[in-house]
Amino acid sequence: MISHAAPTRRPIHPPPVDASPFPYHPGSLLSASDLSLEDVSHLLVRATALENQDPLVRDRILAKRRVALLFYESSTRTRTSFELAAKGLGADTTLVSSLSSSIEKGESLKDTGLTLRALGAEAIILRHNSSGAPWLLEAETRLPVLNAGDGMHEHPTQALLDLRTILAHLRPGVDTVNADTLAGVTLTIVGDILHSRVARSNMLLLPRLGARVLLCGPRELLPELAAKAGPGIAIERDFDAALRQSQAVMMLRIQAERLAGLQLDLEQYKAAFQLTGPRLAAQAPTAIVLHPGPIIRGLEITAGVADGPQSVILEQVKNGVAIRMAVVERALTATGTGGRA
Amino acid sequence: MTALVIRGGHLIDPAAGVDGLKDILLKDGRVAEIAAPGKLKQANGAEVLDATGLMVAPGLIDMHVHLREPGQGYKETIASGTAAAAAGGFTAVAAMPNTVPVNDSAEITRWMLAPERGAAIRVFPIAAATRGSKGEAINDYAALKSAGAVAVTDDGHPILKDNIMRETLAAAARVGLTVIQHAEDTRLTQGASMNLGPMSFKLGLRGMPAEAESGMVERDIRLVTELRDARAHLHVAHTSTAAALAAVRQARRSGLRVTCEVAPHHFLLTDEHVGFYNTHYKMNPPLRSAADRDAMIEGILDGVVDAIATDHAPHAVHEKEVEFENAPNGITGLETALGLSLRWLHKEWKMPLGRVLSLLSAQPAALLGLKGRGTLTVGSFADVVVFDPKAEWTYRARETKSKSRNTPFDGWAMQGKVHWTISEGKVAYTGKVS
Repeated sequence: MISHAAPTRRPIHPPPVDASPFPYHPGSLLSASDLSLEDVSHLLVRATALENQDPLVRDRILAKRRVALLFYESSTRTRTSFELAAKGLGADTTLVSSLSSSIEKGESLKDTGLTLRALGAEAIILRHNSSGAPWLLEAETRLPVLNAGDGMHEHPTQALLDLRTILAHLRPGVDTVNADTLAGVTLTIVGDILHSRVARSNMLLLPRLGARVLLCGPRELLPELAAKAGPGIAIERDFDAALRQSQAVMMLRIQAERLAGLQLDLEQYKAAFQLTGPRLAAQAPTAIVLHPGPIIRGLEITAGVADGPQSVILEQVKNGVAIRMAVVERALTATGTGGRA
Repeated sequence: MTALVIRGGHLIDPAAGVDGLKDILLKDGRVAEIAAPGKLKQANGAEVLDATGLMVAPGLIDMHVHLREPGQGYKETIASGTAAAAAGGFTAVAAMPNTVPVNDSAEITRWMLAPERGAAIRVFPIAAATRGSKGEAINDYAALKSAGAVAVTDDGHPILKDNIMRETLAAAARVGLTVIQHAEDTRLTQGASMNLGPMSFKLGLRGMPAEAESGMVERDIRLVTELRDARAHLHVAHTSTAAALAAVRQARRSGLRVTCEVAPHHFLLTDEHVGFYNTHYKMNPPLRSAADRDAMIEGILDGVVDAIATDHAPHAVHEKEVEFENAPNGITGLETALGLSLRWLHKEWKMPLGRVLSLLSAQPAALLGLKGRGTLTVGSFADVVVFDPKAEWTYRARETKSKSRNTPFDGWAMQGKVHWTISEGKVAYTGKVS
């Protein structure tokens, strides 16, 4: 019965992969790929409208609605801008962070979510150190869940605010997008791609608008498989060569907290991948420079570049509030049957 | 003593080369007589099961299950796990030693075999290869064997040290036991929760490289080669990568005693299924690439795979309802193995029914040295499964006999409905037949 013949290829039709049941709630934003380009356009238009609206009028949009911020990791920008966004629409917000709650006593994410729901939360903004945690929270609570960063996975509102920033500079006046909006634009993302949820969300979103995403970094932080994450993504390990092709460059912090024993020679890293004034002037004198923060001055980026004329880092922060107003509004006003767009 | 006649069924016994309509008489726990329909001579007074239109086959044997006793009765007990096994058509299961405490002694082995455990079918304990499965000190294999252990393994805690693995293979060979290795170089899989590949990158989960499995299999095969004269027998548990299977294929070609098993989830699913962080797709070894999955199918069809084993690994609901990275590895499998094997290997991929059944009975019986099992010749144990090979049904995890329902196959279409499972002459399971 035992055959030693080499395997012969024959057509095999295996069982199909399940369709996603997510998002369960049409107001949820778990992944940048949950959004159709129409959804993206709608959010961009609403971000601008809400930003320009009289705060006293805007205040009534979500008056006294309850939004919980559930943060398992520290955060400055994301937490504050989500909170200001929700409050800017009149919602009541509450912050639960892992260090000052029953999470410390061992309460599970499921139970924490159900507790927040019982307390009247109508949406949960979740930051979690574990990839995929928002999917669990949404499945268990069936509330709109906004992914404010999950482990090494995604940070969809960051991709939206990056898009808003890129459009403002490279496509001024454009606020609805289609598959060609960013045709001809190359964005290079540099550094710790492996651990970056910002990189992943941008890699999923921007190529759908016609942009090319170049990834740049050392092998330890940028495995070859990254180029297979989706269409429109390529790897260029030579930073100067990548810069020369780029209209936008996004620097990333080395995530020391996720290195898991990985040893990096920082001097070598800086020589190859630090964005310095001379390098920028020589290779990409007109490109805009983005960084999702927190920035480590003198490591991935010099102070001169961070504070320089090509830097749009603080604009990104400002755009975060506008985008998150639109996303929170959508969470609490979205109707429909749910399901992937 | 009790006697039971299975009448009018189609007896299929690949090991004996039987494939036709036969009546079969079971008496005193053994097969007493096999005859053409209506021709049994000693059947007077026996209870009769009408198997008209059904297949009668040797009871299935799962050489890789976790029954969780002693120590983790909230996940499964020997009673509940064997009830699930009987429902799946199994009449014997080999229970892995990663219990609490680890089954590394004759005493625990005997405790598992005690009648008080309430096993519905036969349990064959597999004992730990090293004390506490810590990979340092070899256990007393002769004592374990005489207490009832049928193989040794440190399943889940692969033996990394070359000298310990060599000693394990040599010592097991001396007493005629098989060494089962969960092949994983755990130095390469720290913090990983799925297969390493484009999908793990996309999902932001740390991945286990295929080399962590194949490298360990290659190392083990080198040791078996060194111990060629001792006739050491290495069995690779739940093979999941094309490279590991290729290494097994090569070793066999060289005449080594190297065998392997594949679990249904590894011949059906891929890491693409992990897409939504459903922890019912988390197990170790993890779901691999489509190329690996296809290699498992090829290996089963062309015969290099020796057995289908489920790696039935029950976990409580609350343990799986957590973040993907934090969830324990493993899925249940006893109730779905036959239905999936018939639905896919037999119906979809045209593997002859006898060969599918052999992978689920005769071959694992031979690998574990279970004499008189995996076949239904006169004098063999009366371990029988009677099933309707054509019946299609849908698996419902909520109806499981197991204490746990952590399965990715809830709602999947199955083929082949078990009507009766008979363990040593006694009906251990009667299926609901609509």
